[in-house]
Amino acid sequence: MSERTIEFEVLRYRPGTDPEPTFQTYRVACQDDWVVLDALNHIKDTIDGTLSYRWSCHMAVCGSCGMQVNGEPKLACKAFVRDYGGRIRVEPLATFPIERDLIVDMDDFLDKLQSVKPWIVREDDAKVTEGEGEYRQKPAELTRYRQFSMCINCMLCYSACPQYALNTDFIGPAALALAHRYNLDGRDQGNEERKDVVASHAGVWDCTFVGQCSAVCPKDVDPAAAIQQGKIAATTDFFLGMLMPKKGDK
Amino acid sequence: MDVIKTDVAIIGAGGAGLRAAIAVAESDPGLDVALVSKVLPMRSHTVAAEGGAAAVIKENDSLDNHFHDTVSGGDWLCDQDIVELFVKAAPHEMYQLEHWGCPFSRDADGRIAVRPFGGMKVERTCYAADKTGFHLLHTLFQTSMKYPQVKRYDEFFSVDLIVDEGRVRGLLAIEIRTGRMVAFVAKAVIVCTGGAGRVFPFTTNGAIKTGDGMAMAYRAGVPLKDMEFVQYHPTGLPGTGILLTEGCRGEGGILTNKDGYRYLQDYGLGPADPWPRKKAMELGPRDRLSQAFWHEQQKGRTVKGPYGDVVYLDMRHLGEKKINERLPFVRMLATNYVGVDPVKDPVPVRPVVHYTMGGIDCDMDTKTALPGLFTAGEASCLSINGANRLGSNSLTELLVFGRRAGEFAARHVRDEAGKGATETSIAHLADGLAGRVTGLLEERHGTESIAGLRKEMTSTMEDGCGIYRTEGTLLETVGKLAGLRERYKRVHVTDKSKVFNTELLHAIELGNMLEIAQAMAHAALDRKESRGAHQRLDHPKRDDGTYLKHSLAIRGEGGAPPAIDYRDVVITKSQPAERVYGGEAK
Amino acid sequence: MQPTPRKPFSRPWHNDWWLHKRTYALYMIRELTCIALALYAAVVIYGLGRLAEGPEAWTAFVAALRGPGFVTFHLVALVLMVYHTVTWFQLTPKAMPVMRGDDFLPGHYIVGAHFAAWAVVSLVVLVIAGV
Repeated sequence: MSERTIEFEVLRYRPGTDPEPTFQTYRVACQDDWVVLDALNHIKDTIDGTLSYRWSCHMAVCGSCGMQVNGEPKLACKAFVRDYGGRIRVEPLATFPIERDLIVDMDDFLDKLQSVKPWIVREDDAKVTEGEGEYRQKPAELTRYRQFSMCINCMLCYSACPQYALNTDFIGPAALALAHRYNLDGRDQGNEERKDVVASHAGVWDCTFVGQCSAVCPKDVDPAAAIQQGKIAATTDFFLGMLMPKKGDK
Repeated sequence: MDVIKTDVAIIGAGGAGLRAAIAVAESDPGLDVALVSKVLPMRSHTVAAEGGAAAVIKENDSLDNHFHDTVSGGDWLCDQDIVELFVKAAPHEMYQLEHWGCPFSRDADGRIAVRPFGGMKVERTCYAADKTGFHLLHTLFQTSMKYPQVKRYDEFFSVDLIVDEGRVRGLLAIEIRTGRMVAFVAKAVIVCTGGAGRVFPFTTNGAIKTGDGMAMAYRAGVPLKDMEFVQYHPTGLPGTGILLTEGCRGEGGILTNKDGYRYLQDYGLGPADPWPRKKAMELGPRDRLSQAFWHEQQKGRTVKGPYGDVVYLDMRHLGEKKINERLPFVRMLATNYVGVDPVKDPVPVRPVVHYTMGGIDCDMDTKTALPGLFTAGEASCLSINGANRLGSNSLTELLVFGRRAGEFAARHVRDEAGKGATETSIAHLADGLAGRVTGLLEERHGTESIAGLRKEMTSTMEDGCGIYRTEGTLLETVGKLAGLRERYKRVHVTDKSKVFNTELLHAIELGNMLEIAQAMAHAALDRKESRGAHQRLDHPKRDDGTYLKHSLAIRGEGGAPPAIDYRDVVITKSQPAERVYGGEAK
Repeated sequence: MQPTPRKPFSRPWHNDWWLHKRTYALYMIRELTCIALALYAAVVIYGLGRLAEGPEAWTAFVAALRGPGFVTFHLVALVLMVYHTVTWFQLTPKAMPVMRGDDFLPGHYIVGAHFAAWAVVSLVVLVIAGV
């Protein structure tokens, strides 16, 4: 296993001490099968214990370690140092307020997840009655929404989205993809309840299809696709509503 | 001290904690739930479970089958009354998870599909491709959002339980983003903090799995049960310890040594059918498979790699289509982290610490000896897993017992209404506990580094308390751990700041892990037999006469090592017998 | 309640964000093609007006179109429209996925169908125009 010394320029921000974030450089001898997270752990363990960042699974599924690596949103546990040169710049995700060092404030994202009602909505409240089995779902019905259920909430898509950067009211890629996931699920009846948020201006219509959310997604969720499909659904729904008003509508 | 009042406080927001929170909300909508977790719910390590969740949902299976597989898989150290309850409740919980939207893989007729798993006589593992834990966790997390009475306290690090007059009154936590101390005052507390795989150097477990809840309960006087039983998963990636699910073998993957030989047939697991039969060869239980690796290593029939010896997990014969459909995550992991595409080449693997069968001692209602304290998931030890857990029983366990914990905690709150200490006296108790944390932040010249102590702890656990143990290695480990606990008093935290002081948290976690490592090593030293995942080279036989018992590690005061006590195993309908796998297995 | 030591820092997002990354720049060009479209539409509407005024006005308009300014404009507009169309067609499988059996139809069929439809419509227009 070969070793190579890499300079890591890490954005540091200590609230109350630093007026604004500044870069700090660490030289780390890296094995060539290391990921950026391994280097950060090495720094924390042996060079500077005060460096703070989130991480846990080290296998690209918990979604903790999203950060900008050389300006691109990446999972630090899936960004291999062998794919970079002798200097690697590590910053927190671009479009969120920085709490400290590589850690960003996630409150806004969590509020948005909640706002799209990401659960099965049904008249029977999805309760299993005694002796009842599963809701049947054919493989094709699963395939319809499956891709959109793969989101790990790492927020890389928000970090790549200029619309979110310019206007944080935008519900954003991951949350809209999740709404679409439930709307496409045959077990769900919550389309109407989600409409107020999904089909609103801050919902799908704030998206101008930059497409970078899908490009940076480490799980191939393709939120951009979900949003465009959401636009078509919202449009169809609007015109059908005009032609055939439902009971209770004005 | 800031005080937050609630009815039920749940520590840990992984699968068990979320299921418990939902159960409280559903069984008594009037109760407040505080879901306190050091990470966001979707970061919890349930997310990394891959293979599936076992439940009897098909006509060719029976509850009895599931019961007997589990009990013999656990080498008869399971409490059989609880196993009976578990297998009976499992199908309902699986359907409930399905109703909440879990994207299970399906048969052509739309029913939930099942796959074979190690030690299971019939295929009964429900799965969502190879990301079952991920989907289970996100489904529960998303479902939990619909209950307004479930209030999340994300990124609150729990430090200790608050105990007064022999009852649990709440817990002390640090709000990580401000560094402030918070006392949660609760009528019931449920510990769902998961296992402690990070006590070992080479583990599938995420960084967060430091056994905090086990240590908290232990300090509060609750025994830790069966801690000597630590499961090695036979197929982890070398270097990182990343898990490759047992589902790889469930779908037909085989294990070979350096000669391309399916070595498991030499260890009572044969015959080597081209497609593994149930309970044989690659579908044997995890303890047997990991032990077989050790023997191959002794014989020099493993392959030398940059991160130690490996064997091969060969999935090429499954074909690209099946691998993409059933094991896409495994393909990504192997391709990215060891540069081997399972479609084209065998993947190097080795045994890796995966699961703590032991945990906080509790009964079938998830109650601990401390009134008001409940526990579920890997943190708990209900004794359904015995000396070796069967793959795909743990996800089911956290559903079944997460729910029970929530329901029994809610009942406890109703029954105990009006009793309890005042808020001020509880805050006062919390102030006393906070000293342990503030002490770490004081200006002093500690000489011991967190990473240094952690490294010494994990390597002594691997060396002395690994797949095979002897009195000699264990004595060395317990001696070393005592020394490390002493040195821990001089641990140095360089970061004195408030906001996201992760170094401080690492120091607290290290303290927790040292206590748990001690419980494991002492329990292992005391059990002079070999059973399931606990293998003593100096006592190679199972000894039912003396050790058909659960061990209980009781914390010693003033830094003293734990005392080990024993309690009888509950036997209902399965008398201890020889564990038989391979062609003879029933 | 203790005072909070938090001071979340929001980094500014500069207006030239799209100049710093190729993918953003290509997106911006795609968006800006709408200006060419609008100008082209204006020219067509103006032409319709001339047509309504009578043969003389129409002939003068057509003659003006042959000038180098208009020819250049139309060439530029054509290039931009083709860029817009191609990038848009490539995105259509995302917006309009088609299921066949248990799986999705591969995206290139959907993109191909759009290009084929484009070719047919163009052909029809050219035939009607008598070219």
